[in-house]
Amino acid sequence: MATASTSLPSAGPVSGSRSFLSRLRDGDEIARLITFVFAATVVLISILLVLELWHDSVLPRHKFGLGFFRTTTWNPVEGDFGALPFIYGTLVTAAVALFIAVPLGIGAAIFLAELAPPRVSDTLEFFIDLLAAVPSVIYGVLGIFIVVPLMRQYIAPSLKSILGFLPLFRGPAYGLSFLTAGIVLAIMIIPYIISVSREVLLSVPRDQREAALAVGSTRWESTWKVVVPFARSGIMGSIFLALARSLGETMAVAMVIGNDPKISASLLAPGYSIAAVIANELAEATSELHTQSLIELGLVLFLLTFVLNGLARILIVVTSQRGAGRARA
Amino acid sequence: MKRIAGIIVVLLGAAAGVLWADALSINGAGASFPNPIYTKWFDEYHKKNPNIQINYQSIGSGGGIKQVTEGTVDFGASDGPMNDEQLKAYQDKHGSPILHFPTVLGAVVPTYNIPGVDATLNFTGEALAAIYLGKVTKWNDPLIADANKGVKLPSEDIVVVHRADGSGTSYCFTDYLSKVSEEWKTKVGKGTSPNWPVGLGGKGSEGVTGTVKNTPNSIGYVELIYAEANKIPYGNVKNADGVFLKASLASVTAAASGAVKDMPADFRVSITNAKGKAAYPISTFTWLLIPEKFSDSAKRDAIKGFVTWMLGDGQNYTEALSYARLPKEVVAKEKKALAEIQ
Repeated sequence: MATASTSLPSAGPVSGSRSFLSRLRDGDEIARLITFVFAATVVLISILLVLELWHDSVLPRHKFGLGFFRTTTWNPVEGDFGALPFIYGTLVTAAVALFIAVPLGIGAAIFLAELAPPRVSDTLEFFIDLLAAVPSVIYGVLGIFIVVPLMRQYIAPSLKSILGFLPLFRGPAYGLSFLTAGIVLAIMIIPYIISVSREVLLSVPRDQREAALAVGSTRWESTWKVVVPFARSGIMGSIFLALARSLGETMAVAMVIGNDPKISASLLAPGYSIAAVIANELAEATSELHTQSLIELGLVLFLLTFVLNGLARILIVVTSQRGAGRARA
Repeated sequence: MKRIAGIIVVLLGAAAGVLWADALSINGAGASFPNPIYTKWFDEYHKKNPNIQINYQSIGSGGGIKQVTEGTVDFGASDGPMNDEQLKAYQDKHGSPILHFPTVLGAVVPTYNIPGVDATLNFTGEALAAIYLGKVTKWNDPLIADANKGVKLPSEDIVVVHRADGSGTSYCFTDYLSKVSEEWKTKVGKGTSPNWPVGLGGKGSEGVTGTVKNTPNSIGYVELIYAEANKIPYGNVKNADGVFLKASLASVTAAASGAVKDMPADFRVSITNAKGKAAYPISTFTWLLIPEKFSDSAKRDAIKGFVTWMLGDGQNYTEALSYARLPKEVVAKEKKALAEIQ
């Protein structure tokens, strides 16, 4: 991703030396125009999306201003709206999901790409792709019937007894909580991390491994010290794909997070996320201010994803320059 | 392969041609609570009048009000009456008012899961309000226990469950709590998604039921029709005359009869906490929202024809689907109001 050149892709050196008419006859110019339009559509859709969200959230933007981001009340009856509990819930559940999914996902990808026999690797990859394609509502059902009861009866009590000195694991455990949502999200995003990371690891050139083995490193040393750093930017890419998915996940989160717009230090407490509240309340929002506040939440989620993705890009550029420098040295 | 595709295209075209040529298509959208009976009604009505096809999308009451105001559908449907502001918005846009027509009745019942308690519990309005305000936190609190003599209630924390999605069920429930508790009225109020002081939010009736089933010592509320269809046990509620009643189709219809005397001409009336010994207190109408003026006279006649049928024969389909039928007095009033549609 980061290694892609920053200059715009051009039609190549050949195109300049021929007349426009001959290029048109060959179809080069037409193909260029058509594909350019397709590419431009992506940008256009993003811009239209932001404009539309911006335009349809006039009322709350004028009424609450920046207070929308700071206040914690969400009261459709009184017409008082604040986004903070939802932003908090979205970030916390995504963080929990990544905390669980990243080590598991990357570990599994390393095993599949480097250590497992190709046949095992390909078979497992088939199942992982299958998991990635399961609709999220299925994961939500799985969450309600399996993760929630497990959480209430076993996981939460043991977390409280072992780590209860931390504010993270206190209070009554209903089973519906930030942690439950995080776990369900982790289950959902692990296939993405494994699938993409495995591809990236497999595409690391053979000579990198052979060179490492030739200078006397063990198999694990060559994997951990050469192959993984070489694939770092791709692995990061897989993590940010997973992050984007967990920020925007709606159904599964709405089913297990508890849907209570409160900010709690405890991961065992119920919370709420941006995507969940939009899905829950938009259909029955009767006042214009309520509808528009939900749309502004949509804008906030878009910006949140945008900012986090931007930070991710910067992180990849910075680390891959360092990594690439070392790899080349 | 090509030939098959060709035949399919021709058949589809013919089918569409038949539909477009013959059936008058009327579109409505709104409340999801009455969707099963509406679907049944529109289907039966179409069988009797093959030239009229009524399509209904259950997108939620809020959506129904919006769509009919925008003029994108011919009629709307809502579990809560439109407020004055919304009526004015409609009037300003169309130059003529929109009318409410009650169709069936629904009720909301408290459901609970207390290990070791099999008896049907009695709830007073004050107790329900205090539980949902977070003021009563233990099952053996006197406010609950006094109404349930002889039942051994545990000294456990109550886990409160409510709907997370905006819903007519929540509107009806909070409308009732606002009537029986001054504190609820000032602190929370009524709405499709109020700011709940305590509790977990379940998504949809199935979310609330699932959470109550899975969580010991919990309480929630669901529509009567949902509780009946899924065999969920539910409690009695004390009505305005001091009688503890279990919700039933008869007691819900009785609530509507009790409210008939005070019914305004536009049918926008809440029948929660209605008077009458046999009236179940957490009951509600659900309404069709029909414009007073139609530019298309064929559509107007079709809708008037449907409402007339719905108030007569149509009511016989209600009980099989667990909806309470309209009382005679309301039917008579509605038939009179129907004449206003021009």
